Amino acid sequence: MNEPVERTGLPSDAEPPGAPAPVVAQDRRAFLRRGLTLSGAGLVGVAGVDAARADMAGTGPDRPAWMTTPGAPFSNYGQPSSQERNVVRWIAANRAVAGNGASWTPLHDLEGVITPSGLHFERHHNGVPQIPIDRHELLIHGEVRHALTFSMASLARYPLLSRILFIECGGNSNAGWHRLAQQTRAGFMHGLASCSEWTGVPLALLLDEAGADPSASWLIAEGADAAAIQVSLPMAKARGDCLLALYQNGERIRPENGYPLRLIVPGWEGVLNIKWLRRLEVAREPVMARNETARYTELQPSGKARMFTFVMQAKSLITSPSPGQHLDGKGFYEIRGLAWSGRGRIRSVEVSTDGGAHWAAARLQEPVLPMAFTSFRLPWQWSGAPAVLKSRATDETGYVQPERAALVAERGRHGYFHYNAIVCWQVDEDGEISHVYA
Amino acid sequence: MSMREARGAGVALLLICAGAGVAAADPTPHLGRPATDEAVARWNLSVYPDGRGLPAGAGTAAQGRAVYDAHCAKCHGAQGEGGSGGTLAGRGPLTDPDPDQTVGNYWPYATTLFDFIRRAMPMDAPATLSDDQVYAVSAYVLYLNRIVGLDERLDAGSLPRIRMPNRDGFIGIDAELPAQPRHATPADAH
Repeated sequence: MNEPVERTGLPSDAEPPGAPAPVVAQDRRAFLRRGLTLSGAGLVGVAGVDAARADMAGTGPDRPAWMTTPGAPFSNYGQPSSQERNVVRWIAANRAVAGNGASWTPLHDLEGVITPSGLHFERHHNGVPQIPIDRHELLIHGEVRHALTFSMASLARYPLLSRILFIECGGNSNAGWHRLAQQTRAGFMHGLASCSEWTGVPLALLLDEAGADPSASWLIAEGADAAAIQVSLPMAKARGDCLLALYQNGERIRPENGYPLRLIVPGWEGVLNIKWLRRLEVAREPVMARNETARYTELQPSGKARMFTFVMQAKSLITSPSPGQHLDGKGFYEIRGLAWSGRGRIRSVEVSTDGGAHWAAARLQEPVLPMAFTSFRLPWQWSGAPAVLKSRATDETGYVQPERAALVAERGRHGYFHYNAIVCWQVDEDGEISHVYA
Repeated sequence: MSMREARGAGVALLLICAGAGVAAADPTPHLGRPATDEAVARWNLSVYPDGRGLPAGAGTAAQGRAVYDAHCAKCHGAQGEGGSGGTLAGRGPLTDPDPDQTVGNYWPYATTLFDFIRRAMPMDAPATLSDDQVYAVSAYVLYLNRIVGLDERLDAGSLPRIRMPNRDGFIGIDAELPAQPRHATPADAH
């Protein structure tokens, strides 16, 4: 490790001005100087630290090594601790096209409702475009009085709005349709859902400026990726609460989340939240793009398929304890998880530890926001006996998250998208946790 | 803008705010630049079920076979049976226990096929096929599904008239499905 003071340009024993150095600190510096001499070449080596600690023996409370040597210098952009290097997205991509696939948020390793931007799930159809912000423009055209283009710099001057919102891929949790319960980490099955603070321009403002025809009831949105991904959106939603986001969690949107401009469609399926937004076309009908006909539709047992299934229905998930974690003996555990609904706020989350025979209301973390992740928590005394954990969300419309058997009875198993059934974790007497259908 | 001009503009803006108050009648900035019809035409990739947006050009399945073999077969299989890319061909019933969802038995509009190939295929070199090639390879995929003949010419006029077998196979959930496009007629039914 380099000597930090050389990077900051401060003298090696600099203290904040005006703060007289306590005697202990002076002693510590003296120990460190001796340590530096021993280790040589300006490096704080193990020998130096050991010498310093040896010198301290008998002079006061023992202190760990990181309290007896200066810490690391400043960083221009902070990174998670290297010890958290396993908290990462899990990637599954097309073997022939590396940028066609998805990566899952490790929900089982996170707490709170904001997903770190670098862990927000990805679903790309043909990779992440690298877009020069000063060359990117948004075109609004179609059934408008005047077609307009907007530079990113001009959009940044518009009145902004911030909202904390989840985005969930329509294909999230789709392993739930399989006959056998898949064994993987909770986030790697249900983590095509993430939640961020999105800041941007209310879409209605720009539609008004372009003079969108009020009788045109659809809006076509298109991204500037190599798939030129395109979807159709009802105009009522576009005008209602959609945002043209420039910022995610306080900083410019990450490239993999749509830099420099993303359409945010609160509570509706992820594919509508067009990344790298380049074009909005006011239209009288949907364009019937591939990703709203051949894909993102759900084949039912009748042979008919559900289309324009926009709203992400209420879902909840216990993230802790969950598969891959381990209960270290009987006693107290807090059951923790997330719930969300595309129809609004979560009204309640109930938790069962006996496979659904009895339910208890979990505590919801305030504030409970519409179309946002909501944390729920419930204290639990584990007896050490086998248990089956479930959570069940109810949203403010009264919609109740269904049991898997009910969902499969209604939709069959070939719909692929929009799986939101209750998730069950089985805890065995050794404290191991597995995914079961129960 | 020089710094002095910028300061001047700032003073002017303050005066405007002071004069108009916070609740201005039309507070939006109007910073969009007018786009000409020519510019819109260059940007616009949309192809609608009634054929709006389809370019000039034409192709047949016979012509499309070579395009398919060169650019598509490696991912979608020699006969559209699928591989690293989706299964394109097949007319099995969607009520089968484990049905393939193909262009032939699932896609509701032939225009979507042209649109998707033009905008996104082939994945290793999108937007490199000519419009003639896109018409031709669209025809070939439809031919693999026994929807058009080998020498049937597809263009902006004929493509939207193809009535796909699963045209009526969808139910609108959170939005109503649109009425029939004006080109489709019951006489085209499968």
